[in-house]
Amino acid sequence: MSSASGDNLSLRRQLILYAALSFLAFWFLVPFAWMLITSIKTPDEVFSRLLPSVLRLANFVEIFNQPTLPFGRYFLNSTIITVFGTGASLFASSIVAYAFARLNFFGRDVLFVAVLSTMMLPAAVTMIPTFVLFQKLGWVDTFLPFLVPACTGNAFQIFFLRQFFKTLPIDLIDAARIDGCSNLRICLSIAMPLAKPTLATLAILSFLSLWNDFMGPLIYLHSNEKRTLALGLNAFAGMYGTQWHLLMAASVVATVPILVVFFMGQRYFERGLVMTGMKA
Amino acid sequence: MKLNLREHLEGYLFISPWILGMVLFALGPILASFGLAFTRWNLFTEPEYVGWANFQKLAHDPLFYKSVFNTIYYTVFAVPLGLVLALGLAMLVNHRLRGVNFFRTAFFLPNVVAGIAMLLLWKWLFDPNFGLINLFLDWTGLMAVFEWIGIGRPQWISSRAGAMPGMIFMSIWGLGGSMMIFLAGLQNIPRELIEAAELDGAGPWKRFRYVTVPLLTPTIFFLTMVGVIASLQIFNQAYVMTQGGPAHATLFYVLYLFQTAFERFQMGYACAMALVLFVITLIVSLIQLAMGKKWVHYQ
Repeated sequence: MSSASGDNLSLRRQLILYAALSFLAFWFLVPFAWMLITSIKTPDEVFSRLLPSVLRLANFVEIFNQPTLPFGRYFLNSTIITVFGTGASLFASSIVAYAFARLNFFGRDVLFVAVLSTMMLPAAVTMIPTFVLFQKLGWVDTFLPFLVPACTGNAFQIFFLRQFFKTLPIDLIDAARIDGCSNLRICLSIAMPLAKPTLATLAILSFLSLWNDFMGPLIYLHSNEKRTLALGLNAFAGMYGTQWHLLMAASVVATVPILVVFFMGQRYFERGLVMTGMKA
Repeated sequence: MKLNLREHLEGYLFISPWILGMVLFALGPILASFGLAFTRWNLFTEPEYVGWANFQKLAHDPLFYKSVFNTIYYTVFAVPLGLVLALGLAMLVNHRLRGVNFFRTAFFLPNVVAGIAMLLLWKWLFDPNFGLINLFLDWTGLMAVFEWIGIGRPQWISSRAGAMPGMIFMSIWGLGGSMMIFLAGLQNIPRELIEAAELDGAGPWKRFRYVTVPLLTPTIFFLTMVGVIASLQIFNQAYVMTQGGPAHATLFYVLYLFQTAFERFQMGYACAMALVLFVITLIVSLIQLAMGKKWVHYQ
């Protein structure tokens, strides 16, 4: 906080600042409030009243009970892809990053530049051949196009974990080696536990991007019971487009997990964002 | 340092997941794109070699030009606007005030929950008859202003004229991520520098222009770079809210590519488009890197 201005702001300036911040925050939060309020309204009150007269939680029951779009199933699918995808890619990235940070092997630094360059590669460029590959393997309409690439790690995660592993004191690793630990053992039981804050940050970023992923599921998941929440929600909008109270209830259901993860890990999340900005 | 073969092998064993992923999901697909771009292929028959035909077709495809124009239009307005406003907000929340964290979170939240739910919500907010934006203009009487300047009732994303401004307007809502990165940049500026400028008689504007901005240039550069690359790939907004309409007003490049590949099954043609995007992204990034050398100051 070295240059945060205003230790001694005058009362007048403080009031002006609070007024400006409140005014702006109102506009940033109003869409959320509108979503939340509408999700508990009766259909008649969506436009006729600003605030609902009764709290209608039946909307949430209704969206889970309608027969055509199994929201419970979608929720489960998104959870499977997000949890396994995050776990697998963090595990693989840790091992790869440990080698880039701590092992000596031929061509290491050149290969690391290759890791960095894949971070800049637009997904749209590889989209079609990758689809063709998965189609030939018979993986379309399964979760494998999400889970298998996750097992090969992620360039962004490898980069940040490598930066962290490079900061570990050399003595620590030498001591473990003298005790007879293998490199894999050192990575798994010394380096990774120490990297918990970095891993938590990366896990949150990965959770959000997988949970919100739309284009991937759109390309690979076609049958109704394989859909993720993002796809299901879009289908729901097509079917119940003007039943705003139901659409907003479904949107709340899709958003709550993100909010929970965000508020649980806000510290890590903000750190991750700053980390992203600082790599420049 | 002399290494034995075992150590080299162990290193490669450790990075083998990444090598596998790199070959199968990055390098392989890029090379395959180069091959497929010279074929006509609908995914169901055998690919047929057609030489440069796809690229020639692209050069005469009005929708290709439309999608390039739309994508550039969006990028040119959304990225700088987002950066300027994000910096403004970051400076506001950089004050030591009680409860300032609440405001930081409020501005940041839309960026976090950016998913399909938010796009559907915005589609409704933009609805000309039932959307909150026009309802608000009606309630407050501000609609009269739009009628007075001759726009009439704004149709937002339902109209050709309003679709792109609507998309750009919506992008402002998600500037919280840039704001947080600017905030970190601001907090890294040594306080002494600002105070020294103040002692030298520099007013708030001069301190901003000649101390803060130059010290933030690495952050501005990074955010521009990332923002432009992301904005060249904009897809979800258009797919969910407008399907590229009305009358192709929001047909962005990746949306057109997606439709070509997965709705019209013109795989060869779509691969040619993907290669063009690859080249465009590369050129734009290289130009930015070259220009960055002139205006970015590293401490």
